[in-house]
Amino acid sequence: MIMAPYESQVLTTPFHPRTSAYCRTNHWANWSGYTTVQVYTDVQLEYFAARNSAALFDLSPMTKYDITGPSAEAFLNRLLTRDIRRLGVNRVAYVAWCNDDGMLIDDGTVFRFANNRFRLCCQERHLPWLLDSAFGFDVDITEVTESIAALALQGPTSCAVLKSAGFAGIENLRPFDLAEYELHGASIHISRTGFTGDLGYELWFHDRHALDVWDALMEAGRLYGITPMGSQALEMTRIEAGFIQANVDFLAGGRATRPGGNLRSPLELGLDWLVNFDKGHFNGRRALLAEHQNRTSRFKLVGLDVDGNKPANDALLYDHRDREIGVVTSAMWSPTCKKSIAIASIKHHVDADHAGIWADIYVQRELKWRRIKATCRVVERPFFNPPRRRITPAGAH
Amino acid sequence: MADRFDALVIGAGHNGLTAAAYLARAGVKTVVVERNPYIGGAAVSRELYPGFTYSNCSYVCSLMRPEIMRDLDLPRHGLQVIPFEGSVTMTEDGGYFASYLDHDQNRREMARYSARDAEAYDDYSAEVLRQCRFIKDTLLMTPPDPTSFRPRDLRGLVDLGRRFAAQGEDWMYDTIRFWTMSCGDFLDQYFESDIIKGHLAGSSIIGTALGPKSPGSAYVLLHHYMGEVDGNIGAWGYARGGMGAVSKSLAAAFQEAGGVIRTDAPVAQIIVENGKACGVALSNGDEIRANNVVSNMDVKRTFLNCMDASDLPDDFVRQVKNFKIRGSSGKLNIALDGLPEFPSIPADCPARYGDMHVSDSMDYLEIAYDDWKSGTWSKRPYVDMMIPSMTDPTMAPPGKHFMSVFVQYVPPKIHGRDWADADRDAFRDTVINRIAEYSPNFKDLILDVEVRTPRELEAEVGLTEGNIFQGELTLDQLLFNRPVPGYAQYRSPVKGLYMCGSSTHPGGGVMGAPGANAAREILRDLKR
Repeated sequence: MIMAPYESQVLTTPFHPRTSAYCRTNHWANWSGYTTVQVYTDVQLEYFAARNSAALFDLSPMTKYDITGPSAEAFLNRLLTRDIRRLGVNRVAYVAWCNDDGMLIDDGTVFRFANNRFRLCCQERHLPWLLDSAFGFDVDITEVTESIAALALQGPTSCAVLKSAGFAGIENLRPFDLAEYELHGASIHISRTGFTGDLGYELWFHDRHALDVWDALMEAGRLYGITPMGSQALEMTRIEAGFIQANVDFLAGGRATRPGGNLRSPLELGLDWLVNFDKGHFNGRRALLAEHQNRTSRFKLVGLDVDGNKPANDALLYDHRDREIGVVTSAMWSPTCKKSIAIASIKHHVDADHAGIWADIYVQRELKWRRIKATCRVVERPFFNPPRRRITPAGAH
Repeated sequence: MADRFDALVIGAGHNGLTAAAYLARAGVKTVVVERNPYIGGAAVSRELYPGFTYSNCSYVCSLMRPEIMRDLDLPRHGLQVIPFEGSVTMTEDGGYFASYLDHDQNRREMARYSARDAEAYDDYSAEVLRQCRFIKDTLLMTPPDPTSFRPRDLRGLVDLGRRFAAQGEDWMYDTIRFWTMSCGDFLDQYFESDIIKGHLAGSSIIGTALGPKSPGSAYVLLHHYMGEVDGNIGAWGYARGGMGAVSKSLAAAFQEAGGVIRTDAPVAQIIVENGKACGVALSNGDEIRANNVVSNMDVKRTFLNCMDASDLPDDFVRQVKNFKIRGSSGKLNIALDGLPEFPSIPADCPARYGDMHVSDSMDYLEIAYDDWKSGTWSKRPYVDMMIPSMTDPTMAPPGKHFMSVFVQYVPPKIHGRDWADADRDAFRDTVINRIAEYSPNFKDLILDVEVRTPRELEAEVGLTEGNIFQGELTLDQLLFNRPVPGYAQYRSPVKGLYMCGSSTHPGGGVMGAPGANAAREILRDLKR
């Protein structure tokens, strides 16, 4: 449906007839120009669907670019910090790309459908950057956000739901595998990927099939506890999975309008493993190599276990001498880990294990404010990392 | 008049009143003299047709510094600024391009013309915002003199340099390029669509005798972006009751502090005795004495029309003569019997509440500039038209409307000779016919038109050549070069004579910053 911009400030996703029917709270939010459900019925129930059965999440507003042509691989290898030559057909990779200063522009996922056919999915919009970077490469770049509908099906029974929906052999998909299926005449790409850090899949297909696919999954999932999940529950699973989020944990776009070094390099965000210095030149390589060799990273990303039960959202962090050393970028009470967890950016030189880190948390109880100095311990991310996430063939629950 | 004042401000424009209000609040006994029977200068609202309020000159508000609104308590004195939604350019082929406040709506609108431009807008906005943040901090600052070794100037330069350097190396290069490049070159770095560039480029030519492809015009674009409404940088709004509401609230703040305003008091001469300014002689022969004289008039009018050259250094006079203050704008204020239809713009499109344009490419603007260069008004002019009465109920009776039409380019002389009434009428018809091409019922609705060419702007408002900024906003006339090098700190070569108009830093627009900065320097000299 083509709607002139003035007619509606927000667009609806292809699933809107279904999501609006399930949304009992009428709690919506604008996600990149689309109206999307924050909470369908209850954030806890939706969260536990993702951790206990299967949660269905509409991720259609995700920005998507199709990248095709004889030089597609070479182009992506030049753009991204990972070695894309090692990404096989029908595989997906988590990727990042940087500006000339080695500062992260965005992170996302790359899908390789064929030798010369890729799709890049990310949070922000980057068409000019991609087109400019493609100079000299024989490659076509098309923005396909609007026409590709996407659903995430996440949780322990997600594989069982898909099997029951008729996707034969889905259990054999390894993490980051991609396969093409047909359902009632519709071509559907399914990847074993997700933002929850659990067993889960993402389904990608033309928007005209949206309602059929939704209905088929809901029907197939009836006996497996399938539940539509809103953005708030997804955000909880995202933090437990230890994933970083654009414009939450880092400033996306590679541009800052204020001085003060507000951008972050991938090395400063714990994404060292995404940076391959041996693959040849890529954008930002020189700066990142210098940062790596000279140990000039300014920050590091850490996972924190925060004392008490109050989420440390936006808390400033101090060391035992009360010197400010960083800030919490994401935080929550984790119902699965039964502790208060946080993702934080701290100064690189801080000896995190011995610094005596504490978070400055402000809490309100019956309109009375209190300040809590909560002791923090640095812990491994992901905070929640169940074996079922990796096991192939995937289990039934 | 027996009264003797500590300070006398010439001109009750917004900057004169701002300076006067700050002075009066500091306990300086201050009088403002105004040639017209009404106050406001170029920030004025007048009822020239029964029931209609015209914003006769300036017509939208964004640049007025929030610090001044707050210091002088202008809201309590009646100032209210109402933001409006977006803007729209109508195309030759009956289409339109709108801009919206909402980010994604804006992106989708741009995507109708170019997928790339739609996503380039974020980069463009970020760069403009970075430039705005830098310049914004300099607005209420006295420009440090780079040739002086006074501690205060050195501190100012170091501070400026530090903030410049803090933005990083790339930005420093970008900024130096930005300040000197053309708007066209700047937009070409981001956009490919003619209509999008034409739409955005309008801000680079308003009030300026430059085309969008002339070097230096990129800065003018920034000058129109660096304002804000309630912290939303780049946003524009309507002053409720027209732009005269700004001046009225300033006058009220001034009078509350004990200030005196004398209207119908045109100044013939600034009196200088023993090398010191000590008052003014009015054209009726009256003299008003004051220890300090502050001129809100432009720099040419102040020093070339109202002073004896013998009281001034020759070099200074020469530089004032060379100051570029070329008239390039005109204005039509129109009372309408109803709302004009613009069939190109969809009925529900909220952008029609903002500024409307008919210039759908940068070439259109550049060709309009060519007419100015050859000594006539643009035959296909840039119009910045808006209907504030759609938003502000005080501007026109219910169902009727006031339309403000700013026009670029309009030369100060026609082929080297003075404007005649017939020229003015022909100019009016050019503009009205051009608008009528986009609005079939427009002409039938017209009840009254006030036409202001540079001739009227000079004769009625007192702006030399009708230049709305009291001097071009080009790098050679900005910061420590405005109005002339060595005299950018609001003082003149004559002791006790100050400048507070838009000829001084940071320049034109209803900003109040020159007035506030001048008052600060005067109070410094008075040790208050």
